[in-house]
Amino acid sequence: MTAALSARGLSKRYGATTALDAVDLEVGEGELVGLLGPNGAGKSTLVKIACGLVRPSGGTAFVAGEPAGSPAAHRALGYLAELFRFPDWLSASELLELHQKLAESGGGARERSELLELVGLGEVAGRRVGAMSKGMQQRLGIAQAMIGAPRLLLLDEPTSALDPAGRRTVRELLETLRSRGVAVLLNSHLLSEVELVCDRVAIIARGEVVAAGTPAELSHAGGVEVETARGVRQFAQATREEVPRIVRELVDAGEEIYGVRVVRSSLEDVYLEVVGGR
Amino acid sequence: MRNAWIVAGFALRESVRRRVFVVVALLTVVFLGLYGLGTWQAFKSVQVGELDQGVDTRIVAGAILLGLSMFATLFLGAILAVFLTLGAVRGDAERGLLQPLLVRPLTRGTFLAGRFLAAAVVCVAYVVVVFLASVLITHAFGHWWPDTILLPALELAGGVAVLVALALAGSVVLASTANGIAIFMLFGAGLTAGLLGEIGDALDSHTLSNVAKISSWILPFEALYQQALAAITQDTVGFTRLAIKLGPFGGAETFGPALGPYAVAYVLGVGALALWRFRRRDLS
Repeated sequence: MTAALSARGLSKRYGATTALDAVDLEVGEGELVGLLGPNGAGKSTLVKIACGLVRPSGGTAFVAGEPAGSPAAHRALGYLAELFRFPDWLSASELLELHQKLAESGGGARERSELLELVGLGEVAGRRVGAMSKGMQQRLGIAQAMIGAPRLLLLDEPTSALDPAGRRTVRELLETLRSRGVAVLLNSHLLSEVELVCDRVAIIARGEVVAAGTPAELSHAGGVEVETARGVRQFAQATREEVPRIVRELVDAGEEIYGVRVVRSSLEDVYLEVVGGR
Repeated sequence: MRNAWIVAGFALRESVRRRVFVVVALLTVVFLGLYGLGTWQAFKSVQVGELDQGVDTRIVAGAILLGLSMFATLFLGAILAVFLTLGAVRGDAERGLLQPLLVRPLTRGTFLAGRFLAAAVVCVAYVVVVFLASVLITHAFGHWWPDTILLPALELAGGVAVLVALALAGSVVLASTANGIAIFMLFGAGLTAGLLGEIGDALDSHTLSNVAKISSWILPFEALYQQALAAITQDTVGFTRLAIKLGPFGGAETFGPALGPYAVAYVLGVGALALWRFRRRDLS
């Protein structure tokens, strides 16, 4: 089966500035991929090329096997921009109706009400966009992106304006989407969120993919911590397999042991390591 | 084409919701009221229908008044054309309104066609209605009909459609304010061309007349306006014809039967240029 998104050697230059430099990225069917990177790393540029809003300087991008930017590719994707805005004079339901028409979706009123319920806006279907909070607009944006049941969702910072409860709703929504087989490319600064929900992560810095893999692959062993009567003792180079030996040696040495923890670096540690944050 | 109508419908609905048409309708009623008042006073103060040294004063007064109204109609149509399109592309892209629409199965050409349709339908209908209302008011107070009614209405409509195309094309490359200023400057340049033609005729200067003619072809909304002016007295002859000076800036001129097809080709050419530029534009 064709990948939901396939980018090969994707480059984008703005004059002398290189926003993307030969980026390869693939999002498989039903896969949830997190895109991480500092501001200006090229994440949004990559997403916009996939949407056909920005033309690449080199390389290729395909959405569901169709060239990015083509009507066929647009039929297969849903998109929520980081800095989006919807006409403030439309109601939530009218906005979805407009996008249903443009997306050639035959879902009708049922699809609109399902999507609004899904993002927690079922009660305010008739409210004007201009009268909604930024968080509500962001949830409406996610509903808008899901019109027509696209194969690929491109979400650029979808939780930036949401409170913790709203973020949890979106996280649960992403889980639902994965169970439905929808592929998602999630561009976010919230590392813990990405770590929680994503199957794979790609970290971009200075226009290049500097790390990619599952969260488990990216995080690595950070040693062993043993809690003893004299405090926590750290074995920075030790691995999980060495825990029985370490415990035995400490007990033989007369230490009293209260707990043992195998330390793994978090995605945040990996991120800071590869983007040069420390 | 279906998507172009969806975009057009969306643009029109925005104008309705934002009460654009209510404001325009109210101001137009005020304009037509003032025109009616002026026409009533003008016909009251001249000895209409009487020949004064071979000049039919009813025709002169009616044509001059309707000519002035046609200028105002085109001006109001130009305002409508500019404000319905000035931020259609770059302005909406900068505000983040355009991107969610363009990631749908909607080509950029279809989007431009939809925005053109919406603005052109409104502006064309507007100038035709206001022109016909002016004709009726002129007849009501002066009992005078122009020599032809449909042709000048269509030519004014064509002129405003050209302005819509220019303003929409401008919105691809210019920010909203800059685009609005640019289109009104072009409109002013067209009027100046008409004025130069008048001066050229008065001084018998072929250079000025040629500059005016060429400028009017470059900005065909002006040529269409001048031809529309000429059409309202196209069958009037003799001293009466000589006594008529139409329009506040430019005289009535004819540009021949090629003007209509040329204006259509001009709009298509402007549209093609706008699309070429739009397709190369990154929407960040």
